[in-house]
Parts: sequence; structure tokens; C-alpha cells
Amino acid sequence: MIHIRRDVCGYCGACVSVCPRGALELIDAYLTVDETLCKDKCKICQMVCPLGAIVWEEK
Amino acid sequence: MKEAYDCLVIGGGPGGALAAKTAAEKGLSVLLIEKRPAIGAPVRCAEGIGKEALAEFIEPDPKWVAADLDKAILIGPDGTKFTIGGDHAGGKVGYVLDRKVFDRELVWQAAEAGAEVQVHARASAPIMIDGKVSGAIIHQHGQTYEVRAKVVIAADGVESKFAKWAGINTTVPLAELETCAQYILNDIDIDERANLFYFSFDAAPWGYIWVFPKGHRCANVGIGIAGTKSGDGHRAKDYLDRFIAREFPNGKITELIVGGVSACKPLESTVADNLIVVGDAARLSDPITGGGIYNAMYTGRLAGEVAADAIKNGDTSRKALMIYDKTWREGSLGHALARNYAVKEAFIKMDDNKLNSIIHSMSDLSLDDISVKALVKEIFKANPWLALELPRLLRAL
Ligand SMILES: Cc1cc2nc3c(=O)[nH]c(=O)nc-3n(C[C@H](O)[C@H](O)[C@H](O)COP(=O)(O)OP(=O)(O)OC[C@H]3O[C@@H](n4cnc5c(N)ncnc54)[C@H](O)[C@@H]3O)c2cc1C
Ligand code: SF4
Ligand code: SF4
Repeated sequence: MIHIRRDVCGYCGACVSVCPRGALELIDAYLTVDETLCKDKCKICQMVCPLGAIVWEEK
Repeated sequence: MKEAYDCLVIGGGPGGALAAKTAAEKGLSVLLIEKRPAIGAPVRCAEGIGKEALAEFIEPDPKWVAADLDKAILIGPDGTKFTIGGDHAGGKVGYVLDRKVFDRELVWQAAEAGAEVQVHARASAPIMIDGKVSGAIIHQHGQTYEVRAKVVIAADGVESKFAKWAGINTTVPLAELETCAQYILNDIDIDERANLFYFSFDAAPWGYIWVFPKGHRCANVGIGIAGTKSGDGHRAKDYLDRFIAREFPNGKITELIVGGVSACKPLESTVADNLIVVGDAARLSDPITGGGIYNAMYTGRLAGEVAADAIKNGDTSRKALMIYDKTWREGSLGHALARNYAVKEAFIKMDDNKLNSIIHSMSDLSLDDISVKALVKEIFKANPWLALELPRLLRAL
């Protein structure tokens, strides 16, 4: 499962712009993921983040 | 917030501000919404802009001009330098802005022109009627509003969700998204009148490092690398930390910002029925420099003008708004973007040996014209082998 480290995220939107599913959005002070849209788990967002704020937790 | 406006502008960056200001000046009722609580913060920008480009929109004001520059210095992987401008620049070249203040000034101007401004107000979806954008659902302070508009201008920046919700594919290919990190560094030895650009595949793969002075012993020091080159242990911030340890080990970090800049082609179409997309949301930042302030202001203003005309004529269909797309695409902005995309494709993948030999060939030259076109022409002149490798690019110049 995708996990956003709020203490690391810089609220920049880089990940939002590359997510092919439109699953990510900056809402108020936070990056938010819609798990129902993030189906294929492509991990593009995890790669692109300049800070490494997105990590994967295997279920 | 009212229930209906002529024009709804989503996003309070330079694109949205110019759109709202222009539309209001043309007599439209305008609502501009910005989802962040403060305009312009956190900053996502190195804040550089050409003097002539800025002058098209606004008189420079010491309140938001942080530094006045007369040259740009390109630095190759082995440290060889090539200077553009300097004594020959005739007072031109550029400024480094203070965008927190600059962006706010632009929004204030929109408000003064008559636009209603709402902050901490986020669009979460378009209102679609018969498949056409007809307004937006807006959330503010725990309330939800349905706001109708004859024309919606999507100026929501790099995220570009609004046009996506309306059915336009705005996703940036990973390889064409420059992922960026930047510090404000204080107490460093710099030439306060020069922008520095460091090119090196090893130090900044498929991107570059910049040092943009912000005043006395202070600069924006940042990096952009291609999304495909980013990953654990080699993210934008990792590369930046390495660069700073080498070049400015005693610099004091007083701000960290991050961001993404698209270096892809513009959206195939920047209009739909009742919808115009401007600035970063339309993927209009420059594929080489990443610069997008001017492009956002230019397309924002144009969108405001086109929206006003269309509403006056009672036709806000895609066909009627197409004049917006055609005007920027076939004008100098569209041409510069297309050319710079081709230049980027040609140069981005060069290894450090090639980059070194190009910068060596240039180091004795002096160039007054700071445009990409002039620079690339000189590079071709000094490196005849490039014409063989990149014949299409040479023809396109
Ligand atoms: C690290 C970095 C360095 C850069 N350096 C330069 C430079 O030196 N020179 C230059 O010219 N350009 C530079 N750029 C690019 C420049 O910052 C952008 O091109 C410019 O800000 C684009 O303006 P805009 O109005 O299109 O979007 P933005 O300025 O991004 O504004 C969009 C606004 O929309 C808001 N928004 C988004 N979604 C919603 C929603 N659903 N509802 C309400 N509001 C919403 C956002 O909060 C944001 O405030 C840089 C970018 C980065 C990331
Ligand atoms: S790219 Fe990283 S820092 Fe930027 S919004 Fe996404 S998770 Fe946060
Ligand atoms: S894993 Fe892929 S689909 Fe899921 S949020 Fe990240 S970029 Fe989007």
C-alpha cells in the first residue's frame, strides 16, 4: 500500500502531475491518495518525489 | 461567493492572476479561487525572469525584485565557463524575483480590477452539463459551493487536475517531468549579478543546477533532474546536497522548496467547451529552462481576452475559444516552445565528454543575445560535428 510520509512531503505536486491514474491530489496541507484509483501500483510517484516522501508498505 | 459568474479562474499563480485581471478589466464578473491559504506560498520557483519579458506586464518594483542581473554563466562538467551578457548586455538580461510578494501583487491587481478573490478555496470537480464544463464544486472553510460560470479558466499549475477531470489528458510523462529541489543559501561567495547554470550528466542527469542570486551573499541554489533519473539515494535533494557540499560547504540553508516542472510538449488542445487551460496546467513551461512565469502570464492574459470576447458574442464553445489555442501556438511562444523542445531532445542525453567539448568550444566567445536560439546557433557554429549529428535541429533553428 502506498504510504505518504507527511513529515517529509514538501507539498509540491510533482507526483500529482505524473500519476497516470489521477489518484493523487494536494488537499489542504497534505498530499492525499485515492486508493480506489491507484490500481496498477505503478510506483511512478514514489520514483519522482524529490524528497522520498512516498514509500511502499507491502500488505 | 455567488452562485454564478461570467468567468471562474482556478488557481492564483501568475497565470490565474493575469486571466482574472484581464477578464475583470473587460467587464466580466470574475471569481478567482486559490486553494492554498496564502497566495504564492510555499514558493515553487527559482524566480528568474527576463527583463523584457517582465516589462510586457508590469513595471519592476523593488518590493519584489530581489536581484538585478546582467549576465548568465554556463558551466560545463569540468568547470569551464561560458558567459552571456555582461558588459555587452546593455542593461538587459534579467531579474530574480521574490515570488511570494510578486504573486500577491498580481492577485491584488486582479482584485483591484474588480475580480472577487477567495483563498483556501479548492475546486474538487467541474460541474458538467451535457458533457460541457459549466462551473465547479468548490470547498472553503468546511462548506461546499456549486458555482456556475460561462467560461472556466484552469490555471491550476503543475498539478493540472481540473482539465484532467474535464476529460483532457494532462499527465506528464515521467521522463519529461523535472523533479526539483532548491535551497535559499545565505552567507555564500557569489557574483550577485550573474545567474549560474551547471550542466553535467553526472551531477544533474537530464537537467541542470542553478545558482540565482537573491541579493547580498544569498541565492536560490537548486536542481532539476528527469523523473526517470530519480529514486532512492539519488533524488533531486540528494544531488543538491552533494553539489552544495562541494561548492558551498559553509552556506547556511534558510529555506527548502521542492517542485516539479514539465519539459514535455504542450497539451494537444488547450481549450474545450467553456474551458481554457493556461500556464503550467497547459504544460507551457519551457522544455529547456523550465521557465514558466512569462508563459503563464502571457496565456493568462490571452485567455481573459478570449473569454471576454466569447461571452460578449454569446458563444463559448470549443470552436469559439479555439482562437486562444491558435494565437499562442502559432505565435512566438508556440514557436519558441517547439524549438526548445527539439533542442532539449537533442542535448539532454549528451554525456559529460560531449558537454565539455561544447563548452570548451564556446569559452572564448562572447555573446550578448541571451536567447536560446542565439546560443544554439553559436554552439552549432563552434561545433561543426553537431550539424552531422543533429541535422534536423539545425534546420529548425
Ligand atoms: C523548482 C522550480 C523552479 C522554477 N524556476 C523558474 C524560474 O526561474 N523562472 C520561471 O519563469 N519559472 C520557473 N519555474 C516555473 C514557474 O514556477 C511556473 O511556470 C509558474 O509558477 C506557472 O504559473 P501558473 O500560474 O501556471 O501556476 P502556479 O504558479 O503553479 O499556480 C497554480 C495555483 O493553482 C492552485 N491550485 C491548484 N489546484 C487548485 C484547485 N483545485 N483549486 C484552487 N486552486 C488550485 C495552486 O495552489 C497554485 O497556487 C520553476 C518551477 C519550479 C518547480
Ligand atoms: S512529489 Fe513528494 S514532496 Fe512533492 S507533493 Fe508528492 S510526495 Fe509531496
Ligand atoms: S502508484 Fe502510480 S497510480 Fe498509484 S498513486 Fe502512484 S503514480 Fe498514481
